[in-house]
Amino acid sequence: MAAFWHSFRITLRLISHNKVGFIGFLVVIFFVLMSFGGPLFIPLDRTTRVDQIYAPISLQHPLGTDFSGRDVWSHLVNGGREVMIVAFVAGAISTLIAISLGSLSALAGGRLDNAIMGLADIVLTIPTLPLLIVLAGLFHFNSILILALILGTLSWPSLSRAIRAQVLSLRERDFVEAARALDLGTGHIILREIIPNMASYLLVSLIFAMTAAVYAQVGLVFLGLVPLSGNNWGVMLQLAWTKGAIFYPKALPYIMAPVFAIALFQLALVFASRALEEIFNPRLRTGV
Amino acid sequence: MTSTVTEARLSASTESSLIRRWLKRVTTNYIVRRFVVAFIKVIIVVSLTFFLIRLMPTNPVDVYVQELVTTYGMSADEARNQAAALLAIDLDAPLSQQYIQYMEQLAQGNLGTSFRSKGTPVKDIIGRFLPWTLFSVGTSLLISFSFGMLLGMWAAYRRESVGDHAVTTLSSIFSSIPNYLVGIMIVVFLGVQWKLFPITQMRGSMSPGMEPGFTLAFIKDIFFHAALPIMTYVLTTIGGWTLAMKSSTISTLGEDYVTVAKARGLTERRIMTGYVGRNASLPLFTSLAISIGFIVGGSILIEFIFVYQGVGQLLLTSITSRDYPVMQGIFLIITIAVILANLLAEFLYSRLDPRVRVTGGR
Repeated sequence: MAAFWHSFRITLRLISHNKVGFIGFLVVIFFVLMSFGGPLFIPLDRTTRVDQIYAPISLQHPLGTDFSGRDVWSHLVNGGREVMIVAFVAGAISTLIAISLGSLSALAGGRLDNAIMGLADIVLTIPTLPLLIVLAGLFHFNSILILALILGTLSWPSLSRAIRAQVLSLRERDFVEAARALDLGTGHIILREIIPNMASYLLVSLIFAMTAAVYAQVGLVFLGLVPLSGNNWGVMLQLAWTKGAIFYPKALPYIMAPVFAIALFQLALVFASRALEEIFNPRLRTGV
Repeated sequence: MTSTVTEARLSASTESSLIRRWLKRVTTNYIVRRFVVAFIKVIIVVSLTFFLIRLMPTNPVDVYVQELVTTYGMSADEARNQAAALLAIDLDAPLSQQYIQYMEQLAQGNLGTSFRSKGTPVKDIIGRFLPWTLFSVGTSLLISFSFGMLLGMWAAYRRESVGDHAVTTLSSIFSSIPNYLVGIMIVVFLGVQWKLFPITQMRGSMSPGMEPGFTLAFIKDIFFHAALPIMTYVLTTIGGWTLAMKSSTISTLGEDYVTVAKARGLTERRIMTGYVGRNASLPLFTSLAISIGFIVGGSILIEFIFVYQGVGQLLLTSITSRDYPVMQGIFLIITIAVILANLLAEFLYSRLDPRVRVTGGR
């Protein structure tokens, strides 16, 4: 227990070392708590109030109301969960595919290597957003998990290329040679020797894959091409846009709520990833 | 007699071996091989998109029928008849036959005709929209690349100063926010709230009645209409170039040849332009070449927000009306652009940097 607290304190100190990164980290935690815990206390407001359309910011409505008088704050609190689940699942899927194909490609070499990299090349060539729009028509994306799955299976190629390059260079290092000389087996070499050495890189890549997934999913919803029922930041944005809220000065809090939420979340993820990178990669720590 | 026969045989054999050697040289030539691979890639992507597009639910006829019913209040039968008369599509032919027909057309450089605007060649439609995207995204790419390089170098030279921190932080902020959100913010704040720009007038790619040509009025007009999209692209991409240039410059500054140049007493200016700047910008030119490929695709979202008539907007409308040939045509040019740009990046890098120069043949 004491050892745990010790390492916890060290981690905390390292995180707080990079101030911007630490703030990003806190903001991410805030958003996650808000989106997963908030709905328990603030239920989604579905009642139409004709007399309160685009009501200004008040104690009762901290972010004003929307085009049918519903509370914007409740929509914002309830709208983050889906976005985050899709981002995380898509990011995890693409990172997993990238790790397995990238390291397989590097270790197998030869024809398999060529085939995998050729596949990566082709997926990389197809313009992602147009393809997603076509796929959105194909799959209807009724469930957010299908959306996440498709986002994940489209975004692995560049990461898998990078992982292949890393594995290729790590493979030649002394400690891997030593492990091979000790006959520790390919599984051990990948999981115990190579992956831990790429941990920081993988974590940062996961976060970047998540931000890419947020970008793509909100973009698709905003264009009105994904008929996602329910409530999330993308749907809020799309409704605000199609209802013409941008041209209505009083609706400013309504349209800016999802914009700032998504932008801040993305920003916080990027900054937090930088702090994490420093924790895992001692060479990057400033002031050393 | 015998000597002439053997001579002829000899010359024939040397001739065929010459041809064989020449062929071998061509097929093993690095550049030729890259081009062949690129060509195969284009064909694979085109085939993939061909089938994907046709697998989409609701075909063009359905979309058109629905449109007629909802907007003109026609009965379903009436609408179906009119759609059949208006849209020159044979969707009943088996998919494989349609595919072969399309590829045959494509081999002759024919992109087909639009389903929607009957008889209009896809080439003409794309030709109407593509220049605007090339113009707006190309201009932004030039601006953000050149200014990003300057800013990045400046930040690297003034490392850990207030200016460096400001530039670096702003760069990371703007490159992490999705570009369409920046676009929405520009519309809402600069356009509606503060009324700095007349955004409704700025929509479209040029004012109605404007004659294209090399006149001052025309050039002013197209910049007026492209100003906000360009602003959005530049704001969201300049950070990436700045950060890349900064880290590249910092690593170049640590190189031995820079230290040697300093020891030789060369002027700071000479070192900056001739030694640091040249080497640090090398990797950026590769990225620039790759970015050129993405110009063609433009940005669907940005063109949607600013109602700018570019390829992105065209793709969006062709997808919603299921105009297969137009969609297919756009996918084709985007794919070709991306693949050619990647090739360019590869060759450019080996030309600019002798250390990674590719060895041909052998």
